[in-house]
Amino acid sequence: MSDVERPDAPDRDTLLQMFEIQSRIKLCDERFRSMLMSGQIRLIYYSPRGQECISAGWGVHLRQDDYVVTIYRGLHDHLAKGVPLRELWAEFLGRATGTCKGKGGPMHVTHPESGLMVTTGIVGAGIPIANGFGLAAQLSGTDQVTVVNFGDGASNIGAFHEGMNLAAVWKLPVIFVCQNNLYGEHTPMSMSTGVEYISERAASYGMPGVTVDGNDPIATWKVMGEAVARARSGGGPTLVEARTYRFWGHLMGDAMEYMDKAERKAAMAADPVVLYRAWLIDNGHATEAALAEIEEQVTAAIDDAVEFAMNSPQPDASELYTDVFGDDSAAMLKGAAR
Amino acid sequence: MSEPRIMLTGMALNEAMDIAMTLDDKVFLLGEDIAEPSGGVYKVTKGLSDKHGLHRVRKTPISEQAIVGAAIGAAIAGYRPVAEIMMMDFLAVCLDQVTNHAAKIRYMSGGQTTVPMVIRTSAGAGMGFGAQHSAMLETFAVHSPGMKVAVPSTPADAKGLLLTAIFDDDPVLFVEQMMMYWDKSYAGEVPVGDVRVPFGKAAIRREGADVTLISYGRQMRDCLAAAELLAADGVSCEVIDLRTLVPWDEAAVMQSVGRTSRAVVVHEAVTRCGFGAELSSRIHEELFGQLSAPVQRVGSANTPVPYASNLEADFIPTVADIVAAVQRTQG
Repeated sequence: MSDVERPDAPDRDTLLQMFEIQSRIKLCDERFRSMLMSGQIRLIYYSPRGQECISAGWGVHLRQDDYVVTIYRGLHDHLAKGVPLRELWAEFLGRATGTCKGKGGPMHVTHPESGLMVTTGIVGAGIPIANGFGLAAQLSGTDQVTVVNFGDGASNIGAFHEGMNLAAVWKLPVIFVCQNNLYGEHTPMSMSTGVEYISERAASYGMPGVTVDGNDPIATWKVMGEAVARARSGGGPTLVEARTYRFWGHLMGDAMEYMDKAERKAAMAADPVVLYRAWLIDNGHATEAALAEIEEQVTAAIDDAVEFAMNSPQPDASELYTDVFGDDSAAMLKGAAR
Repeated sequence: MSEPRIMLTGMALNEAMDIAMTLDDKVFLLGEDIAEPSGGVYKVTKGLSDKHGLHRVRKTPISEQAIVGAAIGAAIAGYRPVAEIMMMDFLAVCLDQVTNHAAKIRYMSGGQTTVPMVIRTSAGAGMGFGAQHSAMLETFAVHSPGMKVAVPSTPADAKGLLLTAIFDDDPVLFVEQMMMYWDKSYAGEVPVGDVRVPFGKAAIRREGADVTLISYGRQMRDCLAAAELLAADGVSCEVIDLRTLVPWDEAAVMQSVGRTSRAVVVHEAVTRCGFGAELSSRIHEELFGQLSAPVQRVGSANTPVPYASNLEADFIPTVADIVAAVQRTQG
């Protein structure tokens, strides 16, 4: 973002809605990391910090009944689709009051009420499943769309190829969002991927592919809007590559020795949420006070969610054996229950 | 009284899918080559796309992960997809979707989302297809909590279990031994209409007093043949058809073995860590003090499936193998 006005920007409400989503993600992430560092909580945590603008960019285009599929680095996507903070925090902390009763955890957050349908811990695996949601919408004749999020690393796994091809052949209303943060686990994209832009791969499936600066919220909003509109109107799938950077490595506790220090420093100095905030003020879309108020409200909601989660019990011991099957098959398998 | 309606297994399966699609517009099929004009490589879905439309009998690319993944997503969204994986060996290509997703999604979501889908797959040796088109891999799914597993042994069960599988709210791996599809020696009476066979309810195919044979699928016929031979030697065999492996009818097995005090488990999957190992373990755990002999296992050789017809015949358990195993429990 720069300090110049953007003629391609959406209306003010949308701009502020994106800021609110970005703030939720940024402030939640900061809280998770500080509580982890101080030892107040313990969990496997994949920080989405730096990737906020991408989820906010599609988040404002989706309806509640649209579907989202994401992966283990999914907190930003959960929040952008409207998963409530209390249940989300409780799930991350493994509490009975979590979205999944504490049985899924951060890598498997599910909240169908918000349209957050699947969070998978397997790289690329959400892509074929997203097609199923798209197919359901197509068969039912609704105009629901599905957004499936994955990283640059996932574009090198077989499920990506199979899923992209089927979506193109069946013209499914699915938006494939590759959040390209330039690293697959500990390996830079340049060492794992034969193309410079993931979006180039779309051509081989006969679907539109576009690369956007995922740290530019306006450009991302625009590209996501086009892809959502195409899917909603029966025009089929799109591959969107949103280029970004992950500030905190693969996993909390990652020493990040494989990342270039100067590169990371530059990326963090160009924090997209901070730049967007300044742009909103500099161009008169919001006052400092108005944005501070949004941040205060988000902080208060996070305070409430943290308190709710910390004071919630772990699931009852009996939950170990529930939800394996929809009937009493598990009880029949006495041997297996041991 | 009308004549009993005798059908082949492939036809019975076709009828089950036809009935399910007629009953519920949420049921649809997807898989490689399943639509007309081929109607499936084994013709099991013959005519269904003409009757129900290509949108409900969907031909797919050769992309097993995409097939099962699409079925999972559609199932979560309220459909009842029946995915066909042409050969059970190809399950290995999409096992992530089966074991990490179909099986676990209900549990991981705390019961918020469910995956009411069926994976039909043809399996088994005897066709001369060699090592990669012949395996019985049902324990892949048995070892994945959340998956149900059915293996029919008769045309009536093929139809009734498939109908139950389609309308079950959990993912089901439905194993069809291809030797049974169009072989008249496996033909049997099939009831008309929507007649379902419940999961977890074994069938006593023959009553007996001296030893219990426990099996499923195509090997039921061999167990019954062995029982007939043994009867001539004065050994009375009870023969139990499990029909489903998850859930399986522990009560029926324990009740029978408790009475006969001897058991032989039989299946076509390779013996090592096959379902028979679980059966044998459970019987020993529950009935050790009452057994007159250790439980015997009969399965395929612990090798890949060989091609040459003599080797393939030696690989699969035979009636003679079952008779020998029963004899080991006697005396």
